[in-house]
Amino acid sequence: MAALPKRILKETERLMSDAPPGISAAPNNDNLRHFDVTVAGPDQSPYEGGVFKLELFLPDEYPMNPPKVRFLTRIYHPNIDKLGRICLDILKDKWSPALQIRTVLLSIQALLGAPNPDDPLANDVAQNWKEDEKAAIAQAKEWTRLYANGE
Amino acid sequence: MSSDEDANDYFEYEDDGFEDDEMDQEAPVKKDYDVAYNVKTLSQVIDMQKKAIANIQTVLELDASTAAILLRHFGWNSEKLQEQFFNDPSKALTDAGLSPPSSPSAHTSPLLPPTASSSTPPRITRSSKRVATPATTRSRSAVSIQTSFECPVCCIEYPAASLSTKTLALGCGHRFCRDCWVEYVVGKIRTDGESAKIQCMENGCHRIVKGSLIDQLVDPDTSQRYRKLLNEAFVSDTATLRWCPHPGCENVIECSQAPPRMLNQIVPTVTCGCGNELCFGCGFAASHRPVLCKLVKLWQKKCADDSETANWLQANTKECIKCQSTIEKNGGCNHMTCKKCKWEFCWVCMGPWSEHGTAWYQCNRYDEKSGMDARDSQAKSRASLERYLHYFNRWANHELSAKLDADFYKNTEKKMEAMQQSGNLSWIEVQFAKQAVDTVIRARITLKWSYCMAFYLKRNNQTELFEDNQRDLERAVENLGYLLEQNPEPDSISKLRADITNQSAYVQKRHDILMDDTLKGYLERRWEFSVDI
Repeated sequence: MAALPKRILKETERLMSDAPPGISAAPNNDNLRHFDVTVAGPDQSPYEGGVFKLELFLPDEYPMNPPKVRFLTRIYHPNIDKLGRICLDILKDKWSPALQIRTVLLSIQALLGAPNPDDPLANDVAQNWKEDEKAAIAQAKEWTRLYANGE
Repeated sequence: MSSDEDANDYFEYEDDGFEDDEMDQEAPVKKDYDVAYNVKTLSQVIDMQKKAIANIQTVLELDASTAAILLRHFGWNSEKLQEQFFNDPSKALTDAGLSPPSSPSAHTSPLLPPTASSSTPPRITRSSKRVATPATTRSRSAVSIQTSFECPVCCIEYPAASLSTKTLALGCGHRFCRDCWVEYVVGKIRTDGESAKIQCMENGCHRIVKGSLIDQLVDPDTSQRYRKLLNEAFVSDTATLRWCPHPGCENVIECSQAPPRMLNQIVPTVTCGCGNELCFGCGFAASHRPVLCKLVKLWQKKCADDSETANWLQANTKECIKCQSTIEKNGGCNHMTCKKCKWEFCWVCMGPWSEHGTAWYQCNRYDEKSGMDARDSQAKSRASLERYLHYFNRWANHELSAKLDADFYKNTEKKMEAMQQSGNLSWIEVQFAKQAVDTVIRARITLKWSYCMAFYLKRNNQTELFEDNQRDLERAVENLGYLLEQNPEPDSISKLRADITNQSAYVQKRHDILMDDTLKGYLERRWEFSVDI
């Protein structure tokens, strides 16, 4: 494998030494472009108290192209589908090379605090969210308790 | 009829033909349903953009690249741009990804040396939005000695002395190293196909990278691609322009008489400078007259959906109903003669050919009454499939015939050679055959689309008239096709020639009648369709 670019080394270093609150990200030993990530559910959100596992991969074109990020923990959220894929503009067309792993993870954490059912990825969840928000939030809490308990 | 008379007949027609040809070239007769249009070359399209930019430059007193970015942002709508600019210049500029003009700041951040040189465009000094950092208060000379710069994208450090050559920032002041800029811009152009909307690398910054800077950054090949993408964006943003869809042709058609709202009453077929026809309304790479764009789209979708069934039902071969020999149609007309049992039949309806020469020719018309008898839903759906297949088969049949064009021309050429040798005719005297083939092919394309039209027409008197015209044209075309299949015998050449020329003129006439009547029918709102247009 080619040597890691300086940018990735620096980012990794900073993530290890000075991770944002509620977020951890550590490179995989086998592939330093592959990160094991955990994100804590934001306070006052249905995901509060949950610890969500994600995987993050830096493609060869990074940082010109965005990292690939996916939830590994099941989550009931209108912008995250069954496979853990995330609908987030900065991971797609709004990506800027000036963004970093930490900013991406913070954005994902913010997305948990502010679900957007008008721009859905998981259609059934989004529909539920719009029709009966209370029930949807209860469901999200239940899933958080069941799946995001850090085990 | 003596051969002299035949010759006279023939010459009369030949003269007519030439006159018509000349008329077509010099003064094309513009019909009510035709549209006026121009064919523009790529360089003319580039000139159009330059002209629009120059105009805005003068009116709004801006530099050329600013005018260009504004125009691209406003989709080349000069009026809208001028209106918005006069209302609120700074908003217009900011929306378009440019910062409003301001007096050069006395303070300069360490990352923004005003000594921006060759590699950095001069506009750097026009920046108005600066991130306030403690360093801004330091004197410039002290900064340039002490501060090195780390590119936020690649994290490589650049000594202060190389700032002006190795790094650069747009007017927004977001500085990155030159290498990252190059990689970023090349990726945007080559991978994402972006051109007019390439923004600053900073997250959330909408500052547009100007064309002059892109040309400085990228290799000539990418630069050329960038210019090409800009032209494409210009054409697709301009409602009165459309690229010629034919491979290898770079022409653009300009037409202001076919806006989308008119497409329910005109079929704006145009001929590009490359000689090919296209529809200006939908970009279809051939004439689909007399059918409206919307119906063509519906029809194509339907054919794509149902094609498997149709394919299954319509095999490439058919069996002779008399002797069951397998017959493959390899070109020519629909008048088939079984090689084995000599049974003459129509390829389309498989009925005896003898019926086709008489007044009760019904091959083109689907009898809707049989559909009325359908009692349960299954029978109804079967009837609807049958109805569709009726039209689809006829449509596909003409499509297939058109695909055999090349063979048709080749065979005709062979016959023309034979005629020149055996009949002592000159090259120019046998051209009537080629002209007849042209006529047949053109008429077949129209016939093909007429079946799509008929499929969507509601059954009423107007539709009956349409189908009468369709039947007349189809019969005329089959007759002409049959004549063209004949092997010219030396003693019958002049008769055959007269027949073909006569029949060809007749086909032409029937073709024009069908086309005129149908296209005028849209303008007169005579047609009623089973779908919304």
